[in-house]
This record gives sequence, structure tokens and C-alpha cells, in this order.
Amino acid sequence: MNENERKVWLETFDERTHLYGRIICAVALVMLIGAPFVMGAYLGAMPNIAAFGKGFLAIGLVWLVSCIAEYLIYVPMLGAGGSYLAFITGNLINMKIPCAINARDIVGTKAGTHENEIISTLSIATSSLVTILVLAVGVAAMIPLQPVLQDPALQPAFENVVPALFGAMAYKYYRKNMNVAVWPLVIMSLLFIVVPSLVGSTSFMILPSGAIAIGIAFLFFKKKRMGRM
Amino acid sequence: MEQSDLYRYLNSPTMYLIVGVIILFVAAACIFFMIRAYKAGLAIGMDKAKLKRTITSSATFAVLPSVGILLGVIALAGSLGTPLPWLRLSVIGALHYETTVAEAAAEAVGLEKLSASVMTPEAFTTIALLMTVCIMWGMVLSLFLTKKYSTKLRNPGKKGKPSKFAGFGDTAMTAMFIGLVSAYIGSYIGSFVSADGLFSFSGDWLPLAVVVVAAIVMAGFIWLTEKKKAAWVESFSIAGSMIIAMAAAVLINGLVH
Repeated sequence: MNENERKVWLETFDERTHLYGRIICAVALVMLIGAPFVMGAYLGAMPNIAAFGKGFLAIGLVWLVSCIAEYLIYVPMLGAGGSYLAFITGNLINMKIPCAINARDIVGTKAGTHENEIISTLSIATSSLVTILVLAVGVAAMIPLQPVLQDPALQPAFENVVPALFGAMAYKYYRKNMNVAVWPLVIMSLLFIVVPSLVGSTSFMILPSGAIAIGIAFLFFKKKRMGRM
Repeated sequence: MEQSDLYRYLNSPTMYLIVGVIILFVAAACIFFMIRAYKAGLAIGMDKAKLKRTITSSATFAVLPSVGILLGVIALAGSLGTPLPWLRLSVIGALHYETTVAEAAAEAVGLEKLSASVMTPEAFTTIALLMTVCIMWGMVLSLFLTKKYSTKLRNPGKKGKPSKFAGFGDTAMTAMFIGLVSAYIGSYIGSFVSADGLFSFSGDWLPLAVVVVAAIVMAGFIWLTEKKKAAWVESFSIAGSMIIAMAAAVLINGLVH
């Protein structure tokens, strides 16, 4: 296909991605919100709306802010198709984001391109299916698996899935960007040392940490570009 | 309804059917988007081998974190039955979110603790609704804003001189990810140094040790890929680093205690 045909084809592809993504999001939302009520009909007790309101004010508002921050950060990373799927399937920080970034890195696509969007969509769809499959098999085999997975000797392994993931990813990304990485790493470490209570809000601290990294990266980017002039 | 009856109801085939339908719908959506993306990649001339490699590396990448997520299901199954945690952690849930929110939701509905021994049908359905609504905002925003937001990101300025940020997008994404990883590693350092008071150095150091082991193993995989030209290793490098680092956590913990 020539350049013009490719442009038209991609525009149609984008339009349909949004259409399908929105339909799937809407249906999934209705099903998810409806599920507690369907369960309520079966159990003979509907959710208590007053207790729900009280609970939402206590815990929901915090997650509302967190969800907005995650949305603003991750959509540029994943592109439209990947974002729709990622926000439906969840487990973003501990799986979908590192998985998509790793796939992008292996294939070598650039952020903001259609190639990158296709790779991140493939990556998120695949990892979501693996999770669904592992959970389905795990739930089916819950009784024989439970003693193995809950063996106290194995607990340190499962409690450290995220450090293991980020240790590997850190080496991969720090080694080529040490001049950028050293700043958020040192600043965040000092902050968590001086204010240890922030450890409970690590997902919120991604925002300032990312802003520092982007700011430093931009300074180097500008310097490099001026050097070429 | 007796407590034992309630727990039986929470694990009944009807409950599995309710959550199974939703999980199947989401799995079908994933397959649909996957096939569509694969076909689109071929249509715009992307290398078939790269598309297949993306699928292989993502599948291997996802296995270990998925087993971690399964543990979240097992952890919650004792108090909420199996079907609800299975749903929550398969769709929009997050491992770090579900376990803490379930506890907080139980408290909010007036239960003294999150336990099957004090659960009532009304408390259960209220907790289920709270767990869903509190984390659904990413989906709500996707429904209403993603079209506008992603279009804006792709075409930041249509007129005038090129933006000073032109060409910076890719670097910014890598930097954002470095920021994400740094926040977590910083939190492990902070937990170790100041968990029991400023500079007490008595906190849990195991996560830090796991980070170091995973990084060293990753360095080995990268050496194999780049110096020994073993390109196939790259697809398994993250999963391999993780499994060795997680095994090291078991070993270190065993040696220390």
C-alpha cells in the first residue's frame, strides 16, 4: 500500500479501535457493576447503599485520584488499543506496563507510532490471557495447589515478585540511562528514608519520580540537540 | 442463613457461573484485540517474526506475576469464597489493591475483620460492590477520554513551528518507566533504612537483595544476548531473572532464619 492508502487505512484502524474499545469497556463496566447485584439476588441480600457510600468516602476517593494519575501516565505509554485492554484487565504496575515496555524494547518500536501501539496491544492481550489461564487453572486446582503455594518456605518467593521484576527491569533500563536514573533513584531513596510513612503511598510517588526522570532526560535531550546545531 | 451455608453459597456453581461469564467476555475481548493487532501489524508491513516474538516474550513474562496474582486469589478465598477474588483479580483488579481494599471495605461495612466467620450476605455484596467501584475509574476514563487523549498525544500541534519536544516522546516514555522503577526501589531502600525509626537499618532487606540478584542475573542474560549473540535468550530474560531472584529469596530467607 502507498503512503496515502496507509494513512487512510490507519485512520480507519484508529477509529475502529476506539469504537470496539469503548463498546467493550461499556459492556464490561455494566457486567462488573451488575455482578454484586446479581450475586445479591442469588444470596437474598442486596448491597447496602449507605454502607457503600460510607466506604467509598473512606477508601474510594484515594483510589479515584490514583486511577486518574495512572490513566494520564499509562495511556501515552500503551497507545489506545493497549490502554483499553489494560484498564479492563488491571494489574498494570506489576505486569502490564513492564510487559509492554519489555516487548517494545525487544522489537524496537518508538513511542507514539502505530507499530508501538500494535506491539503494546499484542503484549497486553497476551499477558492478560496468560493471567486468565493461570488463574483459571489455579482455581480449578485450588485444593491440590493450595498447600504448595501456601508453603511457608515458598512465601518469600511470592512476596518478592515485584522486587524481582523491577530488579531485572532496572538493570535493563538503568545501564543505558544512568545519567537520568541516578536522580530519581537517589531523590526517592532519600525521601523514603526521611519520611518512611510514604512507603504506603509508593504508587502515588511514581508521579514525582517520573516527573524528575522526564525533566532530567529533557535537559540531556536539549543539550544533545544543541550540540548538533 | 448460617455462616457455613453462606460460605457454601459463596463457592456454589451459580457464583462460578456469574463470574465465569464476565471472565469469558474479557478473555474474548483480549483474543479479539490480539488477532486484530496481529493482522494490522502484517497489513502495515511489520515483520511477522517480531509480532510472534512479542507474543512469546509477553507470555513467558506474564507467567510468574500471574502465579503471584493467584496467591492473592487464594489469600482472599478464605473470607470471600473463591469466585469473587477470582473475578476481581482477573478483571480490572490489582494484586496490591484487592487485598487492602477488601480489608478496608469489610471495616467500612461494619465487620470487625475480613473473615468468613463474621461475613453476612449483605456485607459480602456491599464489599463486592465497593471493591469494583473503587478501582473502575481507569475504565470510566477510557470510555470517555481515550479517543480525545490519544489523538491529542499523536498530533500535539498541527500548525506553526515544530515543538521543542518533537522527537522527545520515546525518551520521555523510557524516563517515565525509569521513574516508576526508581520509586519502587527507593521504597525498598527506605523500608530497610528507616522502617523502625530514622536510620535504624533494621527493616526488611530481602526485597533489596532480590532486586540485586535479579539485576545481576539480567546482566548475565544481556551479556549472553549481546556478546554471545544468543538472541533467543532475550525473550526469556525477564522471566528467567525473576525466577532465579525469587528462588534466591527462598534460599536467603532459609539461611537467615
